[in-house]
Amino acid sequence: MLTSLALMTMDHRQNHLDTIRDGLSLVVYPLQYLVNLPSAAGHWASSSLSARSTLQDENDQLRARQLLQEMRLQKLYALEAENARLRELLNSASKVGEQVLIGELLAVDQDPFRRRVLINKGADAGVFEGQPLLDAYGVMGQVVQVTPFTSTALLITDPSHAIPVQVNRNGLRAIALGTGEADRMEVPHIPNNADIQVGDLLIASGLGRRFPPGYPVATVIEFEKDPSQPYARVVAAPAAHLERSREVLLVSQKAPQAILP
Amino acid sequence: MSLVRHHGGWIIAFTFIVALMLTMLPLPDWAALYRPEWVAMVLIYWCLALPDRVGVGIGWSAGLLLDVVKGALLGQHALALALVAYLTLHLHQRVRVFPLWQQSLFVLLMVALNQLLVLWVKGIIGLQPDSWLYWLPSLTSMLLWPWVFLILRDLRRSFLVR
Repeated sequence: MLTSLALMTMDHRQNHLDTIRDGLSLVVYPLQYLVNLPSAAGHWASSSLSARSTLQDENDQLRARQLLQEMRLQKLYALEAENARLRELLNSASKVGEQVLIGELLAVDQDPFRRRVLINKGADAGVFEGQPLLDAYGVMGQVVQVTPFTSTALLITDPSHAIPVQVNRNGLRAIALGTGEADRMEVPHIPNNADIQVGDLLIASGLGRRFPPGYPVATVIEFEKDPSQPYARVVAAPAAHLERSREVLLVSQKAPQAILP
Repeated sequence: MSLVRHHGGWIIAFTFIVALMLTMLPLPDWAALYRPEWVAMVLIYWCLALPDRVGVGIGWSAGLLLDVVKGALLGQHALALALVAYLTLHLHQRVRVFPLWQQSLFVLLMVALNQLLVLWVKGIIGLQPDSWLYWLPSLTSMLLWPWVFLILRDLRRSFLVR
């Protein structure tokens, strides 16, 4: 028994056990579904029992917002076209256009010392390992495990996660590490004389070829220079609502769409 | 002994399923640290009550499911729970006659051992939690043991699990 366990632990490092894990996850999926049920039912109840007037208000608000965004979108189309033209002039590949899949988080807890979430879309919906995960406010993390009906994503605040970023204001490149706390990320190896300020937005630089460039990742909330230390201490707060978002976007860049004019 | 018919296996399975669900139940961040090791407690109970039915094999399988549920390395909880089951089987005749508070201490020891083994595996793969709060589940398991024990005993008696 013990030797078989030792074997499993060793074996797992080479990922031979994914099929077993997939099979077992099918066994566990009904349980996860059951645990998620109360909160899903709560959502359903609150959305189907809300009063007509609230719905109407919400509808009006959404309509107003839609109008605003459409106006902005028109401008964006023009800018996108201009961007594509300029890129063609520069002979570089344009990478605008991404395919998006909408997933929902399952209300299921895992290890409290890690930051991971379970998503209700799996391999049958086309989720793949390494796929970036966004919400409406910024980058959330990446998919690390895919099973037939669910997938597990590592959030950017997990202690084993690092994401290449760029300061939006001046393009300074850095790496943002997770700390295991929900609202803090560390940005190590920033020299004391670097041009970085509290309030700076860090965006994904796309250098790791995993995250799409340009999406907001975090905002700098602490910047401390200590002359006795070789590097400054930079702490940032994630832009995505990691603990609150329920709907998430799974982005794939695999097929660049032809939306260019 | 072999003439005694086994009875009520589904109750045992049901308690393990409930324990797994309690392990997954979403809790706020601060409370998740206090979550007791439900599966280990249920396993210890059945090993004490029915040592001829529940043993190392069931402990190992429950641990494997726990690994999948927690998204941990396959086999780490299986290893720990198999060892807990083995030790409990070894000592069940002594522990059974302990008063409840002494049994709680035994559970503290077992769950802490379980956590220690998991901690070793985590340390080997470099995911060590850097906080003493990691050990809180042992304490909460100890404090909750009397209730778990009484509930499971009533279940066992009313459904005549043998």
